[in-house]
Amino acid sequence: MTDQRSQAEIVRNSLKRRYRKERRFRLYGMLAIFIALASLAILFADIINKGHTGFVKTTITLDVALDSEMMYLDDPTDEDQLSMADFVAPIIAALQEHLPEADSAAEKRELGRLIGTYGASQIRDLLKDNPELLNTTQTFEFLAHDRVSVYVKHADNPRYSIKVSEQQQRWVDELLEKGIIDTSFNDVLFSRGDSREPANAGILGAIVGSLLTMLVTLAIAFPVGIAAAVYLEEFAPQNKITDFIEVNINNLAAVPSIIFGLLGLAVFIGLFGMPRSVPVVGGMVLALMTLPTIIISGRAAIKSVPPSIREAAEGVGASKMQVVLHHVIPLAMPGMLTGSIIGMAQALGETAPLLLIGMVAFIVDVPGGFLDSATVLPVQIYLWASSSEQGFVELASAGIMVLLTFMITMNALAIWLRKRLERRW
Amino acid sequence: MNTMNPTVTSEADMPEETIVPVQEERPAETVIEEGKTVGHPFSDDPKFKLRNVEVFYGQDRAIKNISLDIGRNEVIAFIGPSGCGKSTFLRCLNRMNDSIDICRVKGQLAIDDHDIYDPKRDVVELRARVGMVFQKPNPFPKSIYDNVAYGPRIHGLANRKSDLDEIVENSLRKAGLWDEAKDRLDAIATGMSGGQQQRLCIARAIAVSPEVILMDEPCSALDPIATAKVEELIAEMSESYTIVIVTHSMQQAARVSHRTAYFHLGHLVEVNETNKVFTSPEHELTESYITGRFG
Repeated sequence: MTDQRSQAEIVRNSLKRRYRKERRFRLYGMLAIFIALASLAILFADIINKGHTGFVKTTITLDVALDSEMMYLDDPTDEDQLSMADFVAPIIAALQEHLPEADSAAEKRELGRLIGTYGASQIRDLLKDNPELLNTTQTFEFLAHDRVSVYVKHADNPRYSIKVSEQQQRWVDELLEKGIIDTSFNDVLFSRGDSREPANAGILGAIVGSLLTMLVTLAIAFPVGIAAAVYLEEFAPQNKITDFIEVNINNLAAVPSIIFGLLGLAVFIGLFGMPRSVPVVGGMVLALMTLPTIIISGRAAIKSVPPSIREAAEGVGASKMQVVLHHVIPLAMPGMLTGSIIGMAQALGETAPLLLIGMVAFIVDVPGGFLDSATVLPVQIYLWASSSEQGFVELASAGIMVLLTFMITMNALAIWLRKRLERRW
Repeated sequence: MNTMNPTVTSEADMPEETIVPVQEERPAETVIEEGKTVGHPFSDDPKFKLRNVEVFYGQDRAIKNISLDIGRNEVIAFIGPSGCGKSTFLRCLNRMNDSIDICRVKGQLAIDDHDIYDPKRDVVELRARVGMVFQKPNPFPKSIYDNVAYGPRIHGLANRKSDLDEIVENSLRKAGLWDEAKDRLDAIATGMSGGQQQRLCIARAIAVSPEVILMDEPCSALDPIATAKVEELIAEMSESYTIVIVTHSMQQAARVSHRTAYFHLGHLVEVNETNKVFTSPEHELTESYITGRFG
């Protein structure tokens, strides 16, 4: 009896120690998760803090008298006259109405600098399309000059240096009070391509470029990857060659992405003479990079189809092909799709290989097809982040937010598809 | 501590080593003579004629020189301890072993005097004639209707929807599942109970109107009530099909089969009328097995 009691005691004592160990172990796990979540939160907070102003534009709304004498323009249909005409003068005149004290030539020049450089072409384009509007008064919404915009949005932010003069600051404050200068949602960001001027720069070109590139990647990588996975898993004989291929596919998944860029440069552009900077080549390079991911996840998905289902189909006389098409692939599809979408999300965020094939160029136009010069979201972010002008800083962060939104959407889609298509047996 | 650990025993020694109970002395007589089967392995009207069958898994000889006839519309049960090769042998009959790369089959195997392993023979056609029901119920994760209709569809047995409906209904009726399933033909088959799933698998097998049905321990995953239903079904089906059933339950073999074949370590030891096997087995190993001395 005494023996038993002492044994119970030993167990009880060791229990305490075991529970302590367990608690400690759980604590480590929670700490790890906390660190991961905290860094994620810091990252998001920083990006949103820097980038949210990127979604705001500063506008100056003016009633401009399109006076033909002031512009030295009497026939807007005449190209020569249009190119010579002075469209800044009426803007300055319109501003002067609100700021009558700005009178001297120097002050007028300063006034003109409140408006972004594309203000003049806004008037020209309107007159070119509607010559009958000459000598009428029209309301224009101009984008404020980048420096004005920085002043309006970041006057209190020490990270930004204000580059507008004291005098201009007074004017801007006055115009703000009158409601002439206003801030609103930055639709420019989603409706234009890149620009040298931050206020005028949009991300639409990069979004379209990314979409076109991803379409090419998907069209190549998905069918090829699935076909390779099915062949390797279902039809390939088990021999040295298959083993060799398998090892190489696994190795390929670990190759740094920039190598694929070099390959694309050498083969697609160098050897095949395809154009630079176009989504087709970008998509092909990214497809090569995504292939191993799709093949590996596809094979894992096929492997997870229970052999009993194959046997059942073979048992009623399905041919190999029918077993694969009717049973294995439908059951493996959720896994294959998940792998593919994750591979695509990886490709969407890829920058390095695209730099090498020239998708890093400054491109203003929104690409209209697979063979137009284009850039992609991460490269656009890289370009803006490396720009010297202050306005691009917030745009880069805003771009990151757009990119992250796309990625989260894709991952959510992968989860949804998996849940939706998953079947239990 | 036994330092002289015997590692490799030759094949001929193995029965002695593994079978002989400690208290009894049973020397050379339990050694199985290869290819020699006691009882009545042959039949006057054979569906399957199997001669000198050997199956190899790589270097291992899993089936050792077995000769057996399986009669037309006969229910034959394969019994024997685990790993004795009865499932392997069963799977030779519709070439289910083909998908295993390292598996090789030797000997003459014929169904209705046609060679099963003829390289020119289409395995799909063979399996349409020789259906199979597996140990674990394995319905497709599709509707009940699609499960039964799958075989007829891929073989093109029904041209019209009404024909297919008829096949599905008949098969489910024969499998005794119609009354339970008729109102939920569109329900996913994997939602049914284990016994229902197994009967569905039987319905799926008979939907392609095979001549032979192979059953690999069809009741090992079922409860006694479901087992009784399946056994009843086997008795009914024996009128129109040749049935080969592998089972671990000797009672089951006794209940459903006409003849019983006892396998041991890849040998076919004894084949006899089921009654005879369970009342007065001819071979000593059979007797040891059915009296529960090993297995």
